[in-house]
Formats: sequence, C-alpha cells, structure tokens
Amino acid sequence: MKLWNLFLAFFRVGILGYGGGPAAIPLVHKEVVEKCKWMSDDDFSDVLALGNALPGPIATKLAGYIGWRVSGLLGMVVSVLATIVPTIILMILLLTVLNAYREKPWVQGMSKAVVPVVGVMLAVMTWDFIAKSTSGLGKVWGIALIVISFVVLELIGIHPAILIGILIVGALLSPGKRKERKVKAS
Amino acid sequence: MIYWKIFLAFFIPGVLGYGGGPASIPLVENEVVDRYHWLSVNEFSEVLALGNALPGPIATKMSGYIGYEVGGVFGAFVGVFATIAPSLILMIALLALLMKFKNSPKVKLLTNLVRPAIAVLLGIMAYDFFKDSYHGIGWLQTLAIVVVSFLLLQKWKVHPAYVIGAALVYGAIFLG
Repeated sequence: MKLWNLFLAFFRVGILGYGGGPAAIPLVHKEVVEKCKWMSDDDFSDVLALGNALPGPIATKLAGYIGWRVSGLLGMVVSVLATIVPTIILMILLLTVLNAYREKPWVQGMSKAVVPVVGVMLAVMTWDFIAKSTSGLGKVWGIALIVISFVVLELIGIHPAILIGILIVGALLSPGKRKERKVKAS
Repeated sequence: MIYWKIFLAFFIPGVLGYGGGPASIPLVENEVVDRYHWLSVNEFSEVLALGNALPGPIATKMSGYIGYEVGGVFGAFVGVFATIAPSLILMIALLALLMKFKNSPKVKLLTNLVRPAIAVLLGIMAYDFFKDSYHGIGWLQTLAIVVVSFLLLQKWKVHPAYVIGAALVYGAIFLG
C-alpha cells in the first residue's frame, strides 16, 4: 500500500513537473509533506539542502531519498522509477516517430525551426546562471570567474570536468574564514 | 564497450552538474556531441526541445533517450543509472556526514564556484545553436524565430510546450 502511494505521488510529480527537475521541487513538497504527511516541513527542507549539496539532478535525489526513508530500498526504486520512466518512454516514442520520417521535408523543417527556440531557452538559462553567479559571489568575483572559465574552456580548450573538479577541490580546501566572508558578502 | 562509454558520458555530467538537472545539459552536450559524436548539434537540439516540452526531470529524459538511441533498452538503463545513481547513493550513504555540513559555507561556496563555469558552458551552447540555425535557415528566419520565441517565453510567459509546438508547426509549413 505504501509502495503504491509512493508510486502515485512520484508519478504525479514526474508527469506534472514542467521545466526540468527544479520545477518539481514544490510538487514533491505538496505530495510528501501536505498530502501524504511522510515528513515534516523542517525535514523536507533538510532533505532539499542535502540534495543541493550534491551534484546531479535534484528530482531523482529527492524521490530516491524520500522513497528510501518511507519504505526502504524497494521504496527508493519505486519512487525513482515513477519519477522518470513515464516521460522517458514518451520521449523515446516521440523521437522514434520523428526519426522514421527523417527524410520528409516537413520533418526537416520542424527540426530546423526548433534550433533557434532551444537557443533562446539556453540563452535565458545562461542569463539566469550569470545572475546567480554575481549574486552568489559578488559582482567582481562572479564576473572574474566567468571570464576565467571562458578562457579555460573555450580558448585553452580544457575539458569542463577538469575545470569543475578543480573548482570543487578549491571550495572544499578553502580556508574557513575567507569563505565565510565571501558567502556573507553575497 | 559501448555501454561503458554510455556510462562515462552520463556519469561525468551526473557527478559534476551542480545546480540540478539543467546544469548538466551543457556537460551532456560536451560528451554526446563533441566527444563521442553520437548526435549532431541539430539532433541534440531536437532532444532538448522535446525534453523541454515534456514534463519530468530533464537530465534523465536526455540520458534515457540518448542511451536508447546508442545502445537500445539496456543502453537507456545504463544512461539513466549513470545519471542518477552516483549522487543518490552518496546522498543515502553519507547522510549523517552530510547532515552536519548541509549548511556549511563550504557547501554553498561549492555551488557558487561551479555556477560561473556552467554559465559559460550554457552560453557557448546557445551560441552554437544560433550559429547552427544561421547555417540552416539564414539570419532572417533565425532572427524572427528568436525574437518571437523570446517574447513568448519571457515576456508573455507562454508555456515552453506550446512555444515548441508552434515552432514545429511553423517549420513543417514554411521551412520544409
């Protein structure tokens, strides 16, 4: 019964959450805290803070952890699958149909028209990340890091994994006092 | 061998994508388009467009579909597993430790330091998409679609699913 409820809760989250994982957070909160009362508000914000401290998609971290807490390993598997499987299947079906008609000129037209729209979505996301960078680190540090990242990634051509790895190590090794000041400055 | 590549291609974005699923988009593109050449920029944009038009987390939709394209059902499984398992396992395994540090300034600094790099990667990707569109349909069509979709998405807050639907219809009729 609990497993079925977990499935339903995260199925709804997966199928209603437009805009990627972060858009699903309020939906998860609604199901888990308000509807099913599996955890308190405070517990939920703890879980969210935990999830944000780790990399990777947030929706599946929430689903997996909450499922695990409510009913163990099986709960975790059921919740994660309910979150992701329905939309992955839809995605594969739609793109497979599209690929079958790849040669048709109208399909090629569709494919061409979508490229600039996605460009706009990415540009908006870029702006979002730039705004958050400067508000998180302060204008000077934010812009400096953007410029440095651009030089390292694009002009020198270093793999993003190496740059991000160095940034992660830098954050973890940074001496206590300085970083506190930096965070407060934000 | 192909499954190992699929695993790597999605494991790296899964482990480095600070800031939720959207942060891993440019990292996935880097692996899938630039490194392994499984998809062209054009095909990747279709995956992303459809992914944005459908509900649910974006990272797993991409890894599920691309994994399926490259290695069938098992490929889809490997892609999704590599995307979500590492950080989920870490989250559950390190729970006690993480609880202690979840509000630590170091953790916040982590996201703050990675964000500018993600911004650059997203910006480069957006530029690639515009360039690609310019080569495909010329600057006039590109500019028109960019302006209209920007207004629809940002100014009038039309749902992305409708904007992408409209672009598909427009393309089928006028760009075919």
